[in-house]
Amino acid sequence: MLHIINKSPSDRNSVEAALRLATKGSVVLLIEDAVYAATRGNTAAAKIQAAMADLKIYALKPDLETRGLADRVMDGVSLVDYAGFVDLVAEQPNCQSWL
Amino acid sequence: MKFGILVNEGPYTHQAADSAFKFAQAALAKGHEVTRVFFYHDGVNNASRLTVPPVDDRHVVNRWAELGEKHGVDLVVCIAAAQRRGLLDDNEAKRQGKDANNIHPAFRISGLGQLVEAGIQNDRLVTFGD
Amino acid sequence: MSDDMDMEDGGTIKKFMFVNRKAPYGTIYALEALEVVLISAAFEQDVSMAFVDDGVYQLMKGINSEGTELKNFSKTYRALDGYDIEKLYVEQESLEARGLTEDDLLVDVTVMSAAELAATMAEQDVVISH
Repeated sequence: MLHIINKSPSDRNSVEAALRLATKGSVVLLIEDAVYAATRGNTAAAKIQAAMADLKIYALKPDLETRGLADRVMDGVSLVDYAGFVDLVAEQPNCQSWL
Repeated sequence: MKFGILVNEGPYTHQAADSAFKFAQAALAKGHEVTRVFFYHDGVNNASRLTVPPVDDRHVVNRWAELGEKHGVDLVVCIAAAQRRGLLDDNEAKRQGKDANNIHPAFRISGLGQLVEAGIQNDRLVTFGD
Repeated sequence: MSDDMDMEDGGTIKKFMFVNRKAPYGTIYALEALEVVLISAAFEQDVSMAFVDDGVYQLMKGINSEGTELKNFSKTYRALDGYDIEKLYVEQESLEARGLTEDDLLVDVTVMSAAELAATMAEQDVVISH
């Protein structure tokens, strides 16, 4: 399953909920304000780091750039553009948005 | 692959409508089909024909309309959500005895069944919201 | 595009899960989400609802909305099984974190651990969020 998260971890508990309810081997895509979760030292950094053992974590590059975060991305987070977003949705059998 | 999209929020206030549009645009550019975009909750406001955004900013409503007109994407607004929020097309306005209508002609008003149908008929249904 | 009255989709049955994570009344999402669930009953799909985080509050007993004049929609949850919508999954961790038990809820539900719910979510064809 592709888990699409769009809210900052310091604003909502969506990142936490998604990580709690994603099965091993799932994929996470951080978009909109959730890209803050992909940055070094953010409030969810430890959770994201730990999650990498079981999940593949992506962040939407245009959203990172729009927020001035392009040079602060944590190691292990892969970046995609909107075309890559489409690919992720197509590649996974199903998807869920965590709002 | 066939995609359906659900937009839960209105233009400008949330990024949801923008993310949904950019996704749809990218999907079409890759040769996929985006068969329907369904607007629910405040998402119905994406269908207002009266928006006047600043000229140096993107025109969210017109972008959707162009997607509909150029790529045949079915832009559907939920009737119940629209009525609650004062979005009426010509038919609805007459039916409800209102003296104005405000839905952009590129959008059509229909029932929630169209959302369920979008889930059934497409390979993927992606939600954008708050 | 077919309208709501035409339910013939070649007999495709998909697993639809409606995920509820927001508290009721402070926003409209709980109410409008329920409206989608009711409509889905007409399409004979494999429908379930998941209540996670503040979404579990939607199922509480004892709602009295007279003072706020908000529309009380508790009875709609009770009507779900009449529409053959019986799979209401409540995340155990969400209940416990909020000091709630099944006794606080107004309908019969299936309480699942996060791991069980995660596995169930992973099997769905369509997941709709609000």
